[in-house]
Amino acid sequence: MPLRGSRSAEPWGRLLLVVALAACAARASEITFELPDNAKQCFYEEIAQGTKCTLEFQVITGGHYDVDCRLEDPEGVVLYKEMKKQYDSFTFTASRNGTYKFCFSNEFSTFTHKTVYFDFQVGEDPPLFPSENRVTALTQMESACVSIHEALKSVIDYQTHFRLREAQGRSRAEDLNTRVAYWSIGEAIILLVVSIGQVFLLKSFFSDKRTTTTCVGS
Amino acid sequence: LALYFHSGEREEKCIIEDIPTDTLVIGNYKVQRWDIHKHEFLESAPGLGMFVTVTTPSAEVLLSKLYGPEGTFSFTSHLSGEHIICLQSNSTRFIAFAGSKLRIHLDIRVGEHFLDESVLQAKDKVNAVNFRLEHLIEQIHHISKEQNYEREREEKFRKTSEETNSNILWWAIVQTLILISIGIWQIKSLRDFFISKKLV
Repeated sequence: MPLRGSRSAEPWGRLLLVVALAACAARASEITFELPDNAKQCFYEEIAQGTKCTLEFQVITGGHYDVDCRLEDPEGVVLYKEMKKQYDSFTFTASRNGTYKFCFSNEFSTFTHKTVYFDFQVGEDPPLFPSENRVTALTQMESACVSIHEALKSVIDYQTHFRLREAQGRSRAEDLNTRVAYWSIGEAIILLVVSIGQVFLLKSFFSDKRTTTTCVGS
Repeated sequence: LALYFHSGEREEKCIIEDIPTDTLVIGNYKVQRWDIHKHEFLESAPGLGMFVTVTTPSAEVLLSKLYGPEGTFSFTSHLSGEHIICLQSNSTRFIAFAGSKLRIHLDIRVGEHFLDESVLQAKDKVNAVNFRLEHLIEQIHHISKEQNYEREREEKFRKTSEETNSNILWWAIVQTLILISIGIWQIKSLRDFFISKKLV
């Protein structure tokens, strides 16, 4: 969740800020989506050269909680490729300008949908109090603001991670619960059917031969 | 609007947002259509709109509106849980004219109230700090709401685990009882049968 940079009233200062922001624009996109079985979903983003970017993804529900992920640069060179990963984080610096592409694939799965979360962070956040037309250093209030902001960003980050892990754990627990319930009922029914069937089958062996022989077995 | 993805003309693309109650969600999108003749995405396709549908965890529709090729939508959640935001174009073309796809740029922000930036026009340093502090307070409120929601979910998780535990115990007991009683019934039934057939 990016924080917008502040704008000064001076026109040249503003222009400088806009140019600076455009050069190292910080964007973070986090999306949770459902990936159907045998499907592939790709996302694209235009990145300027030299920007430090981070891609982080996690599978929240579905099957074995794994997905294939692949990140390519504008020329098609594969920067990151992992098969059947549950969670990973990848940081890279853009070596050229252009459209970078990353894809999530569930093509190895025959009938499980997966819910995938990813967070793609491009560039660093702009400074809270930009220093382009500043004569003095940051005041105590301003530096306190900056450190609180950094701390809160990290709290939100940890919170998101925890939320995803909890969602994954809960999904597994619910799967387990339904599986136990169905299996127990199924097993009880099979038990009854098999044992009652055994007795009647055994009885039927002896009933037929009664007419032909008088003594069967000893 | 930076991140984009491709979608079929009549395809519905949905994203899931698991959010606490009373949270404002703002979404920006821009859609472009692939032009078969020019082999590129048109900057803005006239007449092209997107249906935005937001469904609450209780399967109730919170928002269902048609917006233009570029738009902003927002909603506030009344319940905590998974809200599903779906985008579908209003294109009436048949699927037979395949080869056409859409490029959808999307940006979703959760829980942030973007305060009026014109407040910052004043050169007054105190106001700038004020503005930042207000934003920080908003962030803290959002964190606190998320924590509360997390507590609810963890409780549900714990209940599910305890239910599984008692399920296993209960069914183990039931199955043992069935086994024992069926065993006794089997032997008794066969014994009576053999006695009646004068084999024993």
